[in-house]
Amino acid sequence: MSVVDRQDWDVVVVGAGGAGLRAAIEARERGARTAVICKSLFGKAHTVMAEGGIAAAMGNVNSGDNWEVHFRDTMRGGKFLNQWRMAELHANEAPDRVWELETWGALFDRTKDGRISQRNFGGHEYPRLAHVGDRTGLELIRTLQQKIVSLQQEDFRETGDYESRLKVFQECTVTRVLKDGDKVSGVFGYERESGRFFVLEAPAVVIATGGIGKSFKVTSNSWEYTGDGHALALLAGAPLLNMEFVQFHPTGMVWPPSVKGILVTESVRGDGGVLRNSEGKRFMFDYIPDVFKEKYAQSEEEGDRWYEDPDHNRRPPELLPRDEVARAINSEVKAGRGSPHGGVFLDVSTRMPAEVIRRRLPSMYHQFKELADVDITAEAMEVGPTCHYVMGGIAVESDTAAARGVPGLFAAGEVAGGMHGSNRLGGNSLSDLLVFGRRAGWHAAEYAAGLTDTRPPVDEDQIDTAAAEALRPFSAEGPAPGADDGRPPENPYTLHQELQQAMNDLVGIIRREGEMERALEKLADLRVRARRAGVEGHRQFNPGWHLSLDLRNMLLVSECVARAALERTESRGGHTREDHPAMDRKWRNVNLLCALTDPTGGLLATDPVSGQITLTREITEPIRADLLALFEKEELVKYLAEEELYE
Amino acid sequence: MATGTEPHPNSGGVHTGTRAAIDANHLRTDRWWLAPAVTAAGLLAFIVYSTWRAFADTNYYSAPYVSPFYSPCLADRCATMHSGPNADLFGSWWGISPAIIILIFPLGFRLTCYYYRKAYYRGFWASPPACAVAEPHKKYSGETRFPLILQNVHRYFFYAALLVAGTLTYDTVLTFRDENHHWGHMGLGTLVFLANIVLIWAYTLSCHSCRHIVGGKLKHFSKHPVRYKAWKFVGKLNNRHMQLAWASLISVALADFYVYLVASGAFDDPRFF
Amino acid sequence: MSSYEAAFKVWRGDIKGGGLEDFKIEVNDGEVVLDIIHRIQATQAPDLAVRWNCKAGKCGSCSAEINGRPRLMCMTRMSVFTRDETITVTPLRAFPVIRDLVTDVGFNYQKAREVPSFVPPADLGPGEYRMFQEDVDRSQEFRKCIECFLCQDTCHVVRDHEENKTAFAGPRFLMRVAELDMHPLDAAESTGLDRKATAQEEHGLGYCNITKCCSEVCPEGIHITDNALIPLKERAVDRKYDPLVWLGSKIRRRPTEG
Repeated sequence: MSVVDRQDWDVVVVGAGGAGLRAAIEARERGARTAVICKSLFGKAHTVMAEGGIAAAMGNVNSGDNWEVHFRDTMRGGKFLNQWRMAELHANEAPDRVWELETWGALFDRTKDGRISQRNFGGHEYPRLAHVGDRTGLELIRTLQQKIVSLQQEDFRETGDYESRLKVFQECTVTRVLKDGDKVSGVFGYERESGRFFVLEAPAVVIATGGIGKSFKVTSNSWEYTGDGHALALLAGAPLLNMEFVQFHPTGMVWPPSVKGILVTESVRGDGGVLRNSEGKRFMFDYIPDVFKEKYAQSEEEGDRWYEDPDHNRRPPELLPRDEVARAINSEVKAGRGSPHGGVFLDVSTRMPAEVIRRRLPSMYHQFKELADVDITAEAMEVGPTCHYVMGGIAVESDTAAARGVPGLFAAGEVAGGMHGSNRLGGNSLSDLLVFGRRAGWHAAEYAAGLTDTRPPVDEDQIDTAAAEALRPFSAEGPAPGADDGRPPENPYTLHQELQQAMNDLVGIIRREGEMERALEKLADLRVRARRAGVEGHRQFNPGWHLSLDLRNMLLVSECVARAALERTESRGGHTREDHPAMDRKWRNVNLLCALTDPTGGLLATDPVSGQITLTREITEPIRADLLALFEKEELVKYLAEEELYE
Repeated sequence: MATGTEPHPNSGGVHTGTRAAIDANHLRTDRWWLAPAVTAAGLLAFIVYSTWRAFADTNYYSAPYVSPFYSPCLADRCATMHSGPNADLFGSWWGISPAIIILIFPLGFRLTCYYYRKAYYRGFWASPPACAVAEPHKKYSGETRFPLILQNVHRYFFYAALLVAGTLTYDTVLTFRDENHHWGHMGLGTLVFLANIVLIWAYTLSCHSCRHIVGGKLKHFSKHPVRYKAWKFVGKLNNRHMQLAWASLISVALADFYVYLVASGAFDDPRFF
Repeated sequence: MSSYEAAFKVWRGDIKGGGLEDFKIEVNDGEVVLDIIHRIQATQAPDLAVRWNCKAGKCGSCSAEINGRPRLMCMTRMSVFTRDETITVTPLRAFPVIRDLVTDVGFNYQKAREVPSFVPPADLGPGEYRMFQEDVDRSQEFRKCIECFLCQDTCHVVRDHEENKTAFAGPRFLMRVAELDMHPLDAAESTGLDRKATAQEEHGLGYCNITKCCSEVCPEGIHITDNALIPLKERAVDRKYDPLVWLGSKIRRRPTEG
């Protein structure tokens, strides 16, 4: 019945950030007719926000670096929960992916001998991050965008149509992955501009939609990060993996309110910035965990000497891993030693001359000058933790990026889980996008090519159901007949704010059993109210409507985070339980999988207590022996359970 | 809801039918007209002054000072300047002020200068008067056609301007002679000439064409370290191109005016040694 | 912290017409115009269409005209206005309007396609590229561009003359031509593509009258005119108006510039 625009493609990529574009390029180069769908304009994806760099063991600055070292660093960073095969592929292929960008026109900062310069970053043993000042993400996205344009120019020369083999559908949102039996048959979505529905029929769909940060109040993520891909996969029957692991970056801006959460790059601390509380104390010295005691300076004097002479001094504790620093800041603020706007002070002004600050941290200088009216060369910044990245995501096969359990569905980038384990190292996300974006595109194209004669047909009923679901906000319940003011439609903006507040307060950086239970209750309440989220106006570029539809995704994903966090009774990486403060080796090889309770994909009234998500535990595949051999036995003992060590 | 929802006529520019229906040509609330007005007034003042002086054909030499408007002096009718910038290339048939011959070059240099182009396109031609303020012209072809396509000759005027600047440097050196052509003199005029010649050189070298010629045209700076240094130096000056354009415009007028005052006897050049 | 009520006029409508709508809305310390637009959206006009993404001046989505000046809404602090000033926000006026503050910027994507891409050198494989910092500095400046299209919006060549849109690529894409022409390893010339000449012949460089509005509005502070457009004009002169070069090209094929 629904009249919707329908097109045929071989591969559909949902999301046009680093992973999506890389997947699209690969699929198109392997001969698949490829469509890319993105919520924003082409080239605006959240990847542009990445500052530091792309981690790849090219060894340009220190020739001691190689993929094994990178693999080790990644596994340590993720506290050995990483899907080890992904970490292996990632470390192995990242250099090729970076070099390839150069052949597409990328211009990285250079070393003296003309190669790609690499910088130090937290958790990386050697200088490893290829970068362009502090705008590496922009360079990445622009290079991929321009590569796509160059492929389109090629197609134009051959076919007379730029979009004959590779097309970007800008400002479109996908609300459902369509299936024929268990196989993917296409996607259903709407154009934001006109509100018109469309169906792209395709046997292979790559999900590359990024993260979930918009479910939290304080976040460095943009509006797009509503967990769409996570939800699409769940609704299509694919499980999500380890959703409890959410990275809070220790330093986000806290004031003014409008920019709260915007990132303050790690380089500020790397270049000498120190953290102080309201008493002027460098409190990080009180927060060095025992496992790191030997590796970090014990006095301010030693820490200060490290910047000049790193070989004979230990690094200052401001450079502990992100999770440690974020927790420390959180504790200081809770203890009443925070800054006026609820953060702590990050100071470079007393550490370096103004000229040096402006040269080394140009965009930070401008960010604070223009957004907060703070001159960081003269006064301290106020910073606090901000929701930054989700390590959890769609459970995928390591080599093919295929989502488990749904043939034809692939996932890459932040939306895919496993690669980073429980905590991601800075710089590993951009390389992740490229390595697994390519693999997803490659295997999606291959899968589609294998189905040329027997493509799964699109089910008309599913289209009708999807269309009805998308239109529901326009017919939200008003007051009941005869009642004056009962049950008015809910304002989607209000619901969103309440969701963000709940997740921030109850499933935030430090978690407690009781709070997470309350969060689940609150989510159940919001879920019921969200069904009555109503909007005014019409379908043409209507942000209220768009938000009402995104709410479904945020609620699903938030429930996954809360449920998994409640289940995992230990603290590891991006998951910190106040009631279970230690890492537990027994949890090392346990994955938590979230699946939809109602496997038909319907989201009808579900029990508020049991919710929409069912959790299952899964024991991970043992780490391959040759990879395990890359580590010292003493180190493995800290992470692996006895029985794992002797296998 | 919204006021004035009637569709607007398709009258071009920001009033093209597909664009947001806003009657105003612009919605700027600041004093956007100030900059083009000041620019136009400044340029106009210089044009009036220089026209008068260029055609006056008098009071342009008072040893050891020669007005920069009249140097080099290329006609038979020029005042005799002892080892000064005389070169009788045009002979006696040239009947009007000899300034006209030579002023063509600095005038052409400034007329085609990338800064002055901006200044007069905005100030005189209102194309555009200011950013996001609709221009009054129906058609626009920019510098794609005659005559404005001739703006591309800027670099040749730059070469000529180098020669002129060289001559003015020579004139400045001569100001260290006294009125009897003996070396070892310095008057207030010497300082005026020094200031002027520094600004003239700074403006000339800060030219965009110069920046291109010394190094900007290269693809690989790393293979040409000297030209790279030169390019960076010119680039620093180029950042101040606008300021230098005005400063040298004023200084050249002042230098001329100073010579006029001294030559006409209205003012006696104070002498330091 | 202090808050006050500000007067806003926001253009609402679509291609069929529209006008400025008045809002009285709360403003708090430290907010930017985009915050106020969001507050209007959340409390008074839920269907107010606006494009935005990063809210930190890095993606270039929230371009609009504020009191008649093309700016990013997320980077325009409310403190630059007086409290009794009425703040007018309209969509970009050089592009077709879609709805409210959202315009159709397709013109820019079309122009992006018309600029031939980077041509990799045939003799170098991935990992073999050697480039020196001083050689990439210039193009890197242009690659800071966040494609907010404010330069394209303010440029009078197309803003005031719709008919020039076919012939003129606009500052952003002429800068892209300059970026590629200055790229130390771009091998366009080996394929017979002369970017210097096509800048003028195909992308309308001659329309630019260097009045510098593009540089004035650039939120990234890129010196579009001085570092990209004028050098490109000079390069076009090299190709087309330099008698020595012209003579040289008649006599022998010009060797690749050093």
